[in-house]
Amino acid sequence: MNATTKLAVTFVVMAMVGCAMGPSKEETAAKASAMLKTSFKANGQAGLDRLDQDETQRVCSALDGNAPSKEVAERIEKLNLATIKDPADGKFLGDWKNGEKIAQEGRGKQFSDDPAGPVGANCYACHQLAPQELSYGTIGPSLYQFAKLRGYGVDTQRYAYGKIYNPDAYAACSNMPRFGHNGILTEQQIKDVTALLMDPASPVNK
Amino acid sequence: MRTFVAPGMGTLLGAALLATALGGAAVAPALLAQSSAVDEIAKYRAALQDGNPAELWEARGEGIWKQKRGPKQASLEQCDLGLGPGVVKGAYAQLPRNFADADRVMDLETRLLWCMATLQGFSDADSRKQLFGNGNERKSDMEAIVAYVTSESRGVPMNVGLANPKAAEMYRIGERIFYFRGGPHDFGCVTCHGDDAKRIRLQDLPNLTTKEGAQKAYTTWPAYRVSQGELRSFQWRLYDCFRQQRFPELVFGSDASIALTMFLARNANGAPFDAPAIKR
Repeated sequence: MNATTKLAVTFVVMAMVGCAMGPSKEETAAKASAMLKTSFKANGQAGLDRLDQDETQRVCSALDGNAPSKEVAERIEKLNLATIKDPADGKFLGDWKNGEKIAQEGRGKQFSDDPAGPVGANCYACHQLAPQELSYGTIGPSLYQFAKLRGYGVDTQRYAYGKIYNPDAYAACSNMPRFGHNGILTEQQIKDVTALLMDPASPVNK
Repeated sequence: MRTFVAPGMGTLLGAALLATALGGAAVAPALLAQSSAVDEIAKYRAALQDGNPAELWEARGEGIWKQKRGPKQASLEQCDLGLGPGVVKGAYAQLPRNFADADRVMDLETRLLWCMATLQGFSDADSRKQLFGNGNERKSDMEAIVAYVTSESRGVPMNVGLANPKAAEMYRIGERIFYFRGGPHDFGCVTCHGDDAKRIRLQDLPNLTTKEGAQKAYTTWPAYRVSQGELRSFQWRLYDCFRQQRFPELVFGSDASIALTMFLARNANGAPFDAPAIKR
């Protein structure tokens, strides 16, 4: 077999393998991204830039809903941990009563919402918190007695604040929004929700 | 239609008030009250099945389908939904599919826009004037026609084919869109529809990554939404999911909407189609 024939055979074999395997997941993902950009239109506060994925979103989208490998998880968590900014005054806890309102509020950031607000965290959509609220979702774990079970110390306060600010810092590819990192909630709002979880007077800890 | 009685809702409110009165003094009564609230919602849903106002949309849609309309004064009766011109029975159970005349994979709504343009001579702007109804203020012809056409597939097993390469590619892209996470909240379809037995507030969420979940969900759209007094198409279902995902606005009949519909419809293959349904 001369060099030209070898090359030709190699190409044929590669083409056959290519056919059998179909396009790669990455190729299809690139086509999906391009298709999304021509399939949406900007509406109010929701611009087309919302379809541009950052690295965390891109990596997590490729997992098909499965947990990331240890290496990927470590990389994503490190990347996101670096984004967390502690409160300017060093105090993690705000007003739990205001935190409860933020936890109940489902509006914010949808193209149908008033860009002037309110913007809530909608915690009850996915979590149980105060036991008086029966209408809670189950996508996330129950947070009832959050601090009663974990302790009221400053380290737990910092963890709760950071988890709301950027949950991917602690659990890569979490379903939970990165409320601080993505500018959904203000620093004061995050402190208020942290208080809902951490304040001994909060109904969450009763 | 907004005056529909919600049986059991009084009891539900009672359970909630009782729990509030208890002030969450103990976990057990709260949990008990919540499980009873879920039971009451199940009863409410069962009661809804007795009479479905979707029939009104189906009848109006059949009328529009047969009516001579548009600049060409033609009906939609010669519209080819994939089984040949004029065949409506069972057509929806095989959509989306590739249409050679349009050289494009289309779902029902996109195909209807195509037929309105080619058979009736409507401009794209005219056929898009009222894609979704607005309660009792303005009804949508599109939603009525969708109700009629889909009702003609009731009981027909879902049978969406991927033999056509374009159809197969749309399925693969639709799968990637299902897992695509973006926007300020990092949400994707998979965020809410990737696990069994999850809820948002008290609303049960189908797991669309399983055959069983996709079958149950896909075969019960379109649906009459009691809370909105409107019949909603599958295009509306996707539009409103993406709104809540904090994405920009999904364009009606866009390729991404068809790809995602292809992914979900194909995963529902084998299950008998059972819509228009009635939902909360």
